[in-house]
Amino acid sequence: MASREDIALMSHLMRRAGFGASRDEIEQMCEQGYEVTVEQLLNPTGPPVDEYDLYRHHPITEVPGGAAAPGQAAWLYFMATTQRPLEEKMTLFWHHVFATGNAKVDNCFHIMDQIAMFRSQGMGSYRDLLKGLAADPAMIFWLDNNENHKHAPNENWGRELLELFSLGVGNYTEKDVFECSRAFTGWTLDAKMPRYPYGRFPWKFVFRPEDHDYSEKTFLGQTGNFNGEDIIEIVLQQEACSKFIARHLYNFFVADEPQVPAWNIEEPRNPEAVEMMAKILVENDYEIKPVLRAMFNSDFFKEALNQKVKSPVEVVIGTLRGTGDLTGSDPKLEALGKEPGYLGQDILDPPSVEGWHTGREWINSGSLVKRVNFVSDRVSDTSLPGVQRMVEHVGNNGATMSAEELVDRCLDIMGPVEVSDLTKHELVSNVESGGKIELGGESFSQRTSETFALIAATREFQFG
Amino acid sequence: MAGNGKPPVLVILQLTGGNDYFNTLIPYNDGNYYDMRPSLQVPQDRVLKLDDTLGMHPAMGPMKEIYDSGDMAIIHGIGYANSPRSHFRSMDIWHTCEPDTVGTEGWLGRALREIDPNGENPVTGVNVDQALPRALVAPGVSVASVADLSTYGLLTSIEQEDQRNQMLQRFANMYGPAVGTGQVMEYLGQTGLDALKGADILKVAPEQYSSSVEYGSSPIAKKLKDIAQIHTADVGTRVFYTSHGSFDTHAAQAALHAGLWTEVSEAVADFWDDLREHDADQNVIMFMFSEFGRRVRDNGSGTDHGAAGAAFAIGPSIKGGMYSEYPQTRPEALEQGDLVPNQDYRGVYSTILEDWLHLEAAPIVNGQFEAPAFIGA
Repeated sequence: MASREDIALMSHLMRRAGFGASRDEIEQMCEQGYEVTVEQLLNPTGPPVDEYDLYRHHPITEVPGGAAAPGQAAWLYFMATTQRPLEEKMTLFWHHVFATGNAKVDNCFHIMDQIAMFRSQGMGSYRDLLKGLAADPAMIFWLDNNENHKHAPNENWGRELLELFSLGVGNYTEKDVFECSRAFTGWTLDAKMPRYPYGRFPWKFVFRPEDHDYSEKTFLGQTGNFNGEDIIEIVLQQEACSKFIARHLYNFFVADEPQVPAWNIEEPRNPEAVEMMAKILVENDYEIKPVLRAMFNSDFFKEALNQKVKSPVEVVIGTLRGTGDLTGSDPKLEALGKEPGYLGQDILDPPSVEGWHTGREWINSGSLVKRVNFVSDRVSDTSLPGVQRMVEHVGNNGATMSAEELVDRCLDIMGPVEVSDLTKHELVSNVESGGKIELGGESFSQRTSETFALIAATREFQFG
Repeated sequence: MAGNGKPPVLVILQLTGGNDYFNTLIPYNDGNYYDMRPSLQVPQDRVLKLDDTLGMHPAMGPMKEIYDSGDMAIIHGIGYANSPRSHFRSMDIWHTCEPDTVGTEGWLGRALREIDPNGENPVTGVNVDQALPRALVAPGVSVASVADLSTYGLLTSIEQEDQRNQMLQRFANMYGPAVGTGQVMEYLGQTGLDALKGADILKVAPEQYSSSVEYGSSPIAKKLKDIAQIHTADVGTRVFYTSHGSFDTHAAQAALHAGLWTEVSEAVADFWDDLREHDADQNVIMFMFSEFGRRVRDNGSGTDHGAAGAAFAIGPSIKGGMYSEYPQTRPEALEQGDLVPNQDYRGVYSTILEDWLHLEAAPIVNGQFEAPAFIGA
């Protein structure tokens, strides 16, 4: 039998490296061991998501067109059904960093292509990802690189590549932005077929040498006739790059950092951890898996339980998986796709290329209401298989149970969640007001699931 | 007190993304405008002329009407020195009045703290948007973030009313102060209680509202209508915040910028019509700003990030006209290709804080800045 600490640690790992796991799965993982579980996350053997089932029942998600909603539903389906959780979580990670918004791209098909690239290459090489990104049609359009011409440079991509995707503010000059932009001239989209009358045609990357500025450029202290790929190589040589990406990984997987715009002014919460991770990135030529392995196996990760405010996506997917409210291509998938947006995170449509403000900024008096309602709606629904399983776990403890024991077992199965004395007192009082507890039967189910709902409303539950 | 004896109310409309000043307020007799805007210039005969030198973008008809009525102050060349030209950073600078360090307190959060120091009314500040802007953040300050006024509330799935009320009471008890558990927990505690109280107060507003004004269907029209509903319900809200965008027109600016200003102008005009119909306009001013202007020379299809911009202040108590100076447009006078600001935004905030909200500005905006006198008609 796994100890309380083992269960807590494994639940923490699965929440961070994936979207949570059921108690049955957690117990199984404890048996095989933590490091073995980390390896399985890094090298998943689970089958790819069943896309046929998705398109068969929600054909609109196959070629979603302009609106974000079908793409959001499609990605929600991936996250809710994946048996390769870390791969999917890394996909979300890269979407956070390389934030590309459908409000401008107006073509979910292409944003989903970008997401598919993050999925297949997200645990591979960061160098390859940057190069793929520079040639990605959605990104080119999003950051106007198709408007970046030899005789009229457009700095949007050049700037954001340095500011947001690799180095961070303070590690380059305005001149570098300009030179970088010049190097990417000609990286554009092939002429598009008109949308009417046959619908949207796929965009293709094309390099137009006649529109490329072949003259000499001086970038980050080096001079030469640089092309986009050369820029990326020079960027990867900068120490600031490995630190920036390491800090992003720390912020996403370990503990909430200050917001990204503050990073050139505020030091990391744990500079040694970020240094360590940056070093591993450089030593492994920017391969991602080694740094993930080191991070998940580190003490600083294992000690970071509940150091992050759950993102809206984590709240939604974690709840859907945990309660069993969405196990496949359910009819309500398309409506559910909009939920992360209501909680404050419109996936595939971040507010700007700078992505989302995370951590405590996920919570305001509006989003808190939405988060609490989303979770409590589902955990109080005893018709859901996941909830039934949770109630069973709570109830398999003999013939009787005090109110306090009930609450303890509910807190355990919901997380485990650590709560303050005040919170605990309120949870226990709520159970006591319903009278003596009788195990088994509908009344027990109902009171247990109501306790789940109240736990979901606590502030401690907002962390994970 | 404002004209009608009621406490002054401030409505902030943030134009997110960096509104192109040069094509919003157009120096239509300036040769540099035509030289620098080969692709985006507005033909002279389409500019809505305000005076001998400046005119508004053609999509801003309703805004021009407000200017002509004397209720609009245009503040030129607004900004600050050494702009990083980065969205988030620049917006943070506008929100926190901290250009050199990272501020965590917003100017309006501080103002709300002065207005309602004990947080007696959870809807003193209302944010009509999904995400709370930093401008409204300050410890001890509660701001309701209402993405959609008609569906705002907690634990709405618990159908049985008694049960729901009991659970809401437990919720209220759990979210009491949590001394020593850390800043974020305390923040959450505050947020939870405020959410609860605020929902109860706000649900009254749409029930009481009726109007002959028909707003448009754009998101900004809906947000301003929500603000009008809350304001006319008289629940004590003193600061409203909302936003529209994206004004970040790096490409396809001609169509985008026109569309955005059409939406904003119509919504703003409808909003003021609505307030006047309810005799609720006298104690309100509206302030519109953006985090930077855009580059003087267009890039063939749009414009890149710039520096100096324009701001607008609207309301019956505004001394209409133009304030500060339109920046020099000659290439030699530009910095990094951008218009140079000559009016620090913190000075404009100071005017609003002192002359409208009757608060001491210097501690809120972190200093003394030249404050144009556009309030007090």
